[in-house]
Amino acid sequence: MFKIVNAQFIAPGIKRFVINAPRIARKQRPGQFVIVRVNETGERIPLTIERSDPESGTVNIVVQSIGKTTHLLNSLETGDSILDIVGPLGKPSEITNFGTVVVMGGGVGTAMAYPTAAAMKRAGNRVISILGGRNKDLVILENEMRGVSDTVFVTTDDGSYADKGLVTDKLRQLIENGTRIDLVLAVGPIPMMRAVADMTRKERIRTLVSLNPIMIDGTGMCGGCRVLVEGKSEFACVDGPEFDAHRVDFAVLVQRNAMYRDAERRSMEAFKRECELEKRKAAEPADEVACALEGK
Amino acid sequence: MPTTPPKTTPAKTAPTKKSSNPVPNKERIKMPRQHMPEQPPLVRAKQFTEVNLGYSAELARQEALRCLECAKPTCTRDCPVGVKVKDFVQLIVEGDYLGAAAKIREDNVLPAITGRVCPQEDHCEGACLLCKKGESLGIGYLERFVADYEQQHFDVTKIVKAPPTGKKVAIVGSGPSGLTAAGDLVQKGHQVHVFEALHEVGGVLVYGIPEFRLPKTIIRQQVDYMRAMGVEFETDVVVGRTVTIDELLEDEGYDAVFIGTGAGLPQFMGIPGEHLNGVYSANEFLTRINLMHAYEFPKYDEPMVDFRGKNVAVIGGGNTALDAIRSALRLGAGKAFILYRRSEAEMPARIEEIKHAKQEGIEFQVLAAPLEFLDDGKGWLRAARCQKMELGEPDASGRRRPVPIEGSEYEIPLTVAVIAIGTTANPIVQTTTPGLATTKRGYIQADETTQKTSRKGVFAGGDIVTGGATVILAMGAGRRAAKSIDEYLTTGQWDQ
Ligand SMILES: Cc1cc2nc3c(=O)[nH]c(=O)nc-3n(C[C@H](O)[C@H](O)[C@H](O)COP(=O)(O)OP(=O)(O)OC[C@H]3O[C@@H](n4cnc5c(N)ncnc54)[C@H](O)[C@@H]3O)c2cc1C
Ligand SMILES: Cc1cc2nc3c(=O)[nH]c(=O)nc-3n(C[C@H](O)[C@H](O)[C@H](O)COP(=O)(O)OP(=O)(O)OC[C@H]3O[C@@H](n4cnc5c(N)ncnc54)[C@H](O)[C@@H]3O)c2cc1C
Ligand code: SF4
Ligand code: FES
Repeated sequence: MFKIVNAQFIAPGIKRFVINAPRIARKQRPGQFVIVRVNETGERIPLTIERSDPESGTVNIVVQSIGKTTHLLNSLETGDSILDIVGPLGKPSEITNFGTVVVMGGGVGTAMAYPTAAAMKRAGNRVISILGGRNKDLVILENEMRGVSDTVFVTTDDGSYADKGLVTDKLRQLIENGTRIDLVLAVGPIPMMRAVADMTRKERIRTLVSLNPIMIDGTGMCGGCRVLVEGKSEFACVDGPEFDAHRVDFAVLVQRNAMYRDAERRSMEAFKRECELEKRKAAEPADEVACALEGK
Repeated sequence: MPTTPPKTTPAKTAPTKKSSNPVPNKERIKMPRQHMPEQPPLVRAKQFTEVNLGYSAELARQEALRCLECAKPTCTRDCPVGVKVKDFVQLIVEGDYLGAAAKIREDNVLPAITGRVCPQEDHCEGACLLCKKGESLGIGYLERFVADYEQQHFDVTKIVKAPPTGKKVAIVGSGPSGLTAAGDLVQKGHQVHVFEALHEVGGVLVYGIPEFRLPKTIIRQQVDYMRAMGVEFETDVVVGRTVTIDELLEDEGYDAVFIGTGAGLPQFMGIPGEHLNGVYSANEFLTRINLMHAYEFPKYDEPMVDFRGKNVAVIGGGNTALDAIRSALRLGAGKAFILYRRSEAEMPARIEEIKHAKQEGIEFQVLAAPLEFLDDGKGWLRAARCQKMELGEPDASGRRRPVPIEGSEYEIPLTVAVIAIGTTANPIVQTTTPGLATTKRGYIQADETTQKTSRKGVFAGGDIVTGGATVILAMGAGRRAAKSIDEYLTTGQWDQ
């Protein structure tokens, strides 16, 4: 059992957890993740460690409600516990002084990119961050990113905040302006990462993406997380999650992530019904019910 | 899978004077082997409850009476841990089942498990003298009977703990090798702490071998028994990532470490189409089902590709392959088959599993192997293009090598294909432990009798040393390791 020391929504549907996990806190390095199982009947899902504090023995994760497990997780509050957390898993990001590093975070991807951005800054890089979200509310960790970047650009799809457009628009501007870029790290939805890869391939800018295939064990045991990298299968949980964007077959990743779509939908529907039922049962003020669908 | 061919030294069959077996020796040879009661094939093929139902006390006694009580028992000789078969079988005849269990426990701390999954035909039963006259003694069935009896009747509060030695041992991995080492070491009074990467204890026994062959409650009971003996278990720790071997030795005060991390890395075939949706490694397929309870979806939140009524094929001929295909059948596969590149005689699986699989309606397509998995155009598996084989000269393993037959290619429509062609070593511990010598193929080098590695205070055994083998061989290694760890802790001597 792992105690939740603090849990707070930082955006609609996005919650940050501070969890007591001293062993993991001691070992975590930027780019690594944990695998979480919320309860006895739960699946195991991977989540990036946004930050860790070896002193207090805590790790932070930032979770976006997508399907059943993430909704369930985001229904937990300060003082609750999570059944299983294992990590830190995956290869840490390669941190050296590359020169100028552009860090791109799309949605919750910003939380995943943050620890690497911070480490890049500490290693002496000039860090340019580009954060994006569908709207103002979904741009997260802006302050944190400002703290570790030399320059921060923000885009929103609907223009409700900062520049209207996509993070890739910003990247194109930088390239067109002749900004020297030694490395791009892009973390976010697959279409975003793919678009970045296409853009930087032509410019021959080294680009890393953090891939999010479906995982189970996270130790190389199941092979479910395999991604196609230059025609070769690699296991994202041990060979990644960061890969050279120009060698990744994104179409296969999209296809494999859709493998359980029907079952996932069924889980989510059943879960919603359960939630509704509980709400009705607790006829009292509805907002006091810890319904996972809240905050969405 | 390594096998010990029964040697042919004749054993004397004169029963010891004290035998409590009333049946004259000549009669015993004529007694038939007692069948294991099992669920009817068509019933069990639809559910995950255990196939074998276990002997009753009456059946157990009938079977036990068949033992010839050899003076030089070949069964014990060919058991990798030297279970005193004759002695425990006699205790069954006497009706002292707890005594029989205790007798097995002297050599084998997990009898409820070995009784169910040992390839007895390669060990004790293969060497049994009764084989020459007919069918061997049902040693595995008897072992299972007393172990189950013990689990129902033993009072864990009666366990006497050894006086503490003040020494601490870390066990990495909770498969049969680790559990055996832990059990032996705690009985010597050492403080034993088991680290397991997954959220459940048991290794392959919980994530690989399905419920219908080895119910999880059996493993849990065995683990509870060990807890009662004082073994501590910590799950969710990937040694090498969460903590390293050196940190265990230097910072956490462990005096010795045993590595029993198994051969957990799935091998793929390297043929086109392996990334298609619907193509699984056996590890993933079985882990989803066993560890994650996909067969209880949606109560358990673990999905599988929906292949109800559709074709499923498993590639391979070992226990893993049979476990996977029989699981697929239970999840509703319309047609379930094994694709194996050699012939049935070369299949490394337990004989009983092959028999059971056939009874359940699994189709065996032997002398065939896939060349390619074909796409439906949307990224899903549609079919496998296969090739027929014939047997050529024996290869390094002594089995006849499959040779492709030109022009024999054919297609099988498939919704799911499971690759069960073996596993290799997981490198996480090896690559994070400086100075730990490994073989060319990445397994840990350890002495065959002491299980010592190249690192002082570090021992290893089981599949991580031998490559994928068997439960009982892993247990044997755990036992040898415990013995030499105890010596090392007592004397402080480390000579290779
Ligand atoms: C290395 C890695 C790091 C990640 N870090 C974060 C993070 O910091 N914050 C965050 O919000 N999300 C992160 N994710 C994604 C997160 O794991 C998925 O959103 C989550 O598993 C969805 O589960 P669900 O039940 O809520 O949704 P579901 O309805 O089950 O699935 C929605 C989609 O999520 C993906 N998914 C489903 N099950 C799994 C699984 N077991 N493993 C991986 N992906 C799955 C699939 O693409 C699926 O289509 C990360 C993924 C990976 C691989
Ligand atoms: C599907 C299947 C069916 C089988 N059927 C039979 C059978 O019928 N009869 C038979 O005799 N044998 C059978 N076998 C083989 C047998 O299960 C193995 O030989 C045996 O389990 C090996 O035991 P082990 O202790 O070496 O490792 P394992 O049982 O593999 O256990 C290793 C454990 O270590 C853990 N681990 C790995 N790395 C780390 C790490 N870095 N830190 C912490 N923990 C770690 C793993 O999670 C695992 O729990 C079967 C195998 C499979 C896969
Ligand atoms: S442990 Fe296995 S090989 Fe040994 S006697 Fe028991 S069943 Fe036979
Ligand atoms: S998650 Fe199982 S191998 Fe990567």
